[in-house]
Amino acid sequence: MVDILPLTLSKAEVRRAGKPILGPIDLAITTGGATMVLGPNGAGKTTFLKACHGIARLASGGSDWAVERSEAELHQSYVFQSPILLRRRVLANVMYPLKLRGYSRSDAADQALSALTNVGLADAKDQMAHDLSGGEKQKLAIARALVTKPQVLFLDEPTASLDGRSKREIEAILIAAQRDGTKLIMTTHDLGQARRLAHHVVFLMHGKIHEEGLSETFFAGPKTEAAQAFLKGDIVE
Amino acid sequence: MSEFWEGISSAFWLIITLDADLVDITIRSLQVTVTAVVIGAALGIPLAAWLTVNRFRYRRTTVAILNALMGLPPVVVGLIVYLLLSRSGPFGVFGLLFTPTAMIIAQVIIVTPLIASVAHQALRDLWADYHDLLISLNTTRWQRIKTLAWDARRSLLTATLAGFGRAIGEIGAIMIVGGNIDHVTRVLTTAIALETSKGNFALALGLGFILIGMAIAINIAIHWVSGTERRGRW
Amino acid sequence: MIRPSTILALAFTLIYATAVSAESVVRMAVTTSFHNSGLSDVLVPLIGEDTGIEVQLIVVGTGQALRLGEAGDVDAVLVHSRAAEDKFVAAGFGTHRREIMYNDFVIVGPSTDPAGVLAAEVIETALSGISTSKSVFVSRGDDSGTHKRELSLWSKIGVDVSGSWYRELGSGMGATLNTASAMNAYTLTDRASWLNFGNKRELRIVFEGDPELFNQYVFIPVNPDRHPHVNSDGVRLVEEWLVSAKGQTTIGSYMIDGQTLFVPNAQGNDSSD
Ligand SMILES: Nc1ncnc2c1ncn2[C@@H]1O[C@H](COP(=O)(O)OP(=O)(O)O)[C@@H](O)[C@H]1O
Ligand SMILES: [Mg+2]
Repeated sequence: MVDILPLTLSKAEVRRAGKPILGPIDLAITTGGATMVLGPNGAGKTTFLKACHGIARLASGGSDWAVERSEAELHQSYVFQSPILLRRRVLANVMYPLKLRGYSRSDAADQALSALTNVGLADAKDQMAHDLSGGEKQKLAIARALVTKPQVLFLDEPTASLDGRSKREIEAILIAAQRDGTKLIMTTHDLGQARRLAHHVVFLMHGKIHEEGLSETFFAGPKTEAAQAFLKGDIVE
Repeated sequence: MSEFWEGISSAFWLIITLDADLVDITIRSLQVTVTAVVIGAALGIPLAAWLTVNRFRYRRTTVAILNALMGLPPVVVGLIVYLLLSRSGPFGVFGLLFTPTAMIIAQVIIVTPLIASVAHQALRDLWADYHDLLISLNTTRWQRIKTLAWDARRSLLTATLAGFGRAIGEIGAIMIVGGNIDHVTRVLTTAIALETSKGNFALALGLGFILIGMAIAINIAIHWVSGTERRGRW
Repeated sequence: MIRPSTILALAFTLIYATAVSAESVVRMAVTTSFHNSGLSDVLVPLIGEDTGIEVQLIVVGTGQALRLGEAGDVDAVLVHSRAAEDKFVAAGFGTHRREIMYNDFVIVGPSTDPAGVLAAEVIETALSGISTSKSVFVSRGDDSGTHKRELSLWSKIGVDVSGSWYRELGSGMGATLNTASAMNAYTLTDRASWLNFGNKRELRIVFEGDPELFNQYVFIPVNPDRHPHVNSDGVRLVEEWLVSAKGQTTIGSYMIDGQTLFVPNAQGNDSSD
């Protein structure tokens, strides 16, 4: 299978209601280790993820994968900040992306069940998705994202507003996915989580990349004052 | 009040003796309304789905028109269909006036906007919910329509039932285009009007109870068939 | 267990399995008053038996009946409003008028008779009693034969029908009788509708018998020169049946509560005017 990475953003810009909310951004995201997008509220993290994934339209500039766009689309998944679940049973939710890709019902069910097992939701497979708890919903969304064995998985604050235990379980799921060869590109508000998972950090402010580099370097000593303040937990505008 | 009880007992006797005229009228009511609602749903639901997943210039206008058409006065629909189907009208050659087909045509015009509008509201809400996910999963337009229609199936059934409810109790249009001909175009509502005009309130009320009972029975039956009630909430 | 789909299939079969086949259908627009008399329930099956023709009745007011004939939406009309009939035939919409029978109009009103109509000998006295006492009178106001007759009676005695005592409804005979009964008011009705009416309450016949109140029913075939699709052969058979000895006897012997309603008066067996 061909690698869809690296993803190259060149002068990528997103506008909403006429004003720029992201960019221009020049960046290459390569394989290996998780890319963690950090920054204060409203910095443009979500917009950044959506632009990379291709669901936020670029006003100008480009965002290119190593392969054709139509090919690249097949090898990436996106987990939204608040999980979007189909009004179906848990298993049917995970089967859905497979059925879109033309899998037979039984193949889709087998693979979906194994994806659910990986996130510890196999027992809940016949429940209605909307009856799950917050943490379970997020795990379900992750299982559905992983069932297509994506090369790249985008996650927008996957553990925001979850309790400690759900947080740990989700991190474990993500680490396992990474081990299986999935590149994580995610945002988080949780600096502890960022330190635990990140290999590469992109620090955004006002829609622009303020600082970027390996996570060890970034967390050891951010070059910019804003990033230093952010890491200290100060309010950064 | 005595008329009320007479109505109830007259309805009771008509039903348990399976009165031939009553059966004939009831079956015709169902024939006309079920056909009209099936056609109305076959037109209205795809239209609603199409309006939901497509962005085009006059979409808002189209939706507004649809909502306005939902309030079409049946009498006006009847009059227009009458003028169109009359021998002196543009479609006169087909000789459809005063036939069940004419009644179905009028009812399709009445229920389609209603079904489409109610279905559109449901599909639009679901689409707002699913939008980002379905875009992220690279769904085709057709896959989006199928997904929305399936997951909103209960609301679509409700929309269809709303259409049924409107059509089965409708009289203004079918009286004009059907002519209330005995054994040909007489249905429950027109029979009720006729009996009322003869001052036969008991019989009219009896037919009315049957109409109401039938509407309720069909609602229950469809819910039962779809099994959605047993499966619980989402 | 019975599968829901089986039941649905059954239901559909039941709903659609009623086949309609009519060899020869004649659509006839008739007036409400004729239909309410119940005579049609006797005549239509007999015509079917004797001629094989299925007569389908569209029950409307005289005005609308003639409009349906004009448009060619029916094959024949059976109405009772002389002036309108003459215009209809003169304009070439109908081939000819064929007198079939007559019944009569009556004035019904409250048993207490506040207008003193019961004592009247002639229609003029009866009506002026109502208008001078300003007793409530409900009028159909729907341009029907009955309505036209009522207006011509008022104008004959020179009464201007306005004021709160005169209520114009715009409804059929049945609805008008229901209203009169609810308001305990006077109204003009054909005898047949009255006898068949089931909601009389305090109302009774307060005036009848004046020749001014006779009500001639006329059969008019729609002109096939204008509307080639009409079933002229069928219409001719129906007309012949109505004026036949059997038809006329049936009409003359039709009774409600021991009262005959119609007087057959077809002339000969010649269907030209
Ligand atoms: N649809 C929109 N219309 C206008 N402004 C928007 C829209 N979406 C996001 N924004 C603005 O863009 C900026 C970045 O938003 P977002 O990417 O959600 O930030 P983050 O995820 O870092 O909190 C914010 O200021 C936000 O208000
Ligand atoms: Mg965000």
